[in-house]
Amino acid sequence: MDPSLVSARDLTKRFDEFVAVDSIDFEVRPGEAFGFLGPNGAGKSSTMRMIGAVSPRSAGDLSVLGIDPDVGGASIRARLGVVPQEDNLDTELPVGENLMIYGRYFDLPRPVIRERIKELLEFAQLESREKSKVDSLSGGMKRRLTIARALINRPDLLLLDEPTTGLDPQARHLLWDRLYRLKQEGVTLIITTHYMDEAEQLCDRLVVMDKGKIVAEGSPRELIERYSPREVVELRFPVGVQEQVLAQLDGTATRTEVLPDRVLLYTEDADITTAAVHARGLQPETVVERRSSLEDVFLRLTGRSLVD
Amino acid sequence: MTTRGALRYFETRARVYRHVWRGSMISTFLNPIMFLAAMGLGLGSLVDEGPGAATLEGVSYLAFLAPGLMAATAMQAAAGDSSWPVMAGIKWLKTYDAALATPVGVPDLVTGHVAFVTVRVVFASGVYGLIAAGFGALSVPSALLATLPAGLTGLAFAAPVTAYTASLQRETGLTALFRFGIVPMFLFSGTFFPISQLPGYMQPLAYLTPLWHGVELTRAAALATSPAWNPVAHVLVLIVFTVAGTILAIRQLGGRLIT
Repeated sequence: MDPSLVSARDLTKRFDEFVAVDSIDFEVRPGEAFGFLGPNGAGKSSTMRMIGAVSPRSAGDLSVLGIDPDVGGASIRARLGVVPQEDNLDTELPVGENLMIYGRYFDLPRPVIRERIKELLEFAQLESREKSKVDSLSGGMKRRLTIARALINRPDLLLLDEPTTGLDPQARHLLWDRLYRLKQEGVTLIITTHYMDEAEQLCDRLVVMDKGKIVAEGSPRELIERYSPREVVELRFPVGVQEQVLAQLDGTATRTEVLPDRVLLYTEDADITTAAVHARGLQPETVVERRSSLEDVFLRLTGRSLVD
Repeated sequence: MTTRGALRYFETRARVYRHVWRGSMISTFLNPIMFLAAMGLGLGSLVDEGPGAATLEGVSYLAFLAPGLMAATAMQAAAGDSSWPVMAGIKWLKTYDAALATPVGVPDLVTGHVAFVTVRVVFASGVYGLIAAGFGALSVPSALLATLPAGLTGLAFAAPVTAYTASLQRETGLTALFRFGIVPMFLFSGTFFPISQLPGYMQPLAYLTPLWHGVELTRAAALATSPAWNPVAHVLVLIVFTVAGTILAIRQLGGRLIT
């Protein structure tokens, strides 16, 4: 038996001339949280829709839960939970009935769904909102309801397309906590995100996507170790000064990355680098020392930052 | 497509209806009363006295008008339910995307939608028929019998209008559909006067509209008269619109949502 829940070979998606997903390979194993990290337009959502059996692939092989989506789309969808990028709850129905109709789409008997609605509303911390209108919920509550809805059929695989985009920090942390619990319960998660902290928090393994291609693959830790020195010193100079001082930074770090508003110095030891900057008589407005992140990996691989 | 999938979507529409039905009740009850009073009784008193009464096959204008309005209401309700709400499912609420992430497929959505609209239409035309019976235009049994051809008229509009809506990028096309399609049909397809009163060159145009066939059948059922053509021919035309509309709707919606 194929040990992977999802496996893709040369998976490609074209829209007319535009190649959204360009011949990518990946495997998702049971029980892991697998991430697609990349900026908007990298091909993450197109890949998710192909995995979700709602978008036919243009070329390559794809197997989801051991089934080819072109052949057994409905049987795949019966075992998936899907949290789309945009909430598509039915605003004409109250919270509880949104879960009810969804359960019915999966052909579950009403008493079973009623049981699960109770559990899922508790899980989503929406117990008191069963009769509420969807429109009265906050953004974070709607997201949690969408996740609860995706769990109504007890899916083997949960697809989350940018689950926390647009949420405030508190709502994000609550959501991460819920997703972490699911992972603990053994649900396999596939997550797309353009937030490196989200990928670091949630993903056991991830691929970095850019312009339809996979540019790197590994655990967050591995990727950081492979593509970026351990620490970063961020320097911010007064307007117009940055260009003049760039030459003087030569040799203070392993690698220098120049962004419009700041300079990043990659180094094995941030303290030594900062001392070297000061020793050269440079006086940045601010100096921030931090650990390398996936953002740095992405910057290194593509020359662009993840969130514009 | 599975019957089960279609039933599941039908169930969703029914649940939604349970929350929004009040909004449609006023028009469902008030429209028949206003139209039958103003046109049937008011205008009818002039028609029945005038030389045109002969073209009405020996019934009062009120009795002539009532089944025509039942069919026209079926058309309007079916077109209304298959336009903005379908656009909402595709684009504004994206509830179709939500359903398609489950085992429910596009053919289930289309057939479940059309089936639910038909039930609504039979109900609305039934209310119309019973109010007309209250006005003394029809007997209650013939009013109820007439809901069947009215329901078929609704089907013949629900499916093609769904296909049309699914082909639109923006909702401006829906306003155009009502302005240049539904309203002219309402006025010129035999609801208010026999199409024999139209200029000769316009009569074949009426044959092309599903509403004229629906009106002929509904009127024949309500008044126990013979329609203009063989009833089987009228039924076939409406079935062709229904089947072709359903196939087109599935194709359009699939092309739109399964990308």
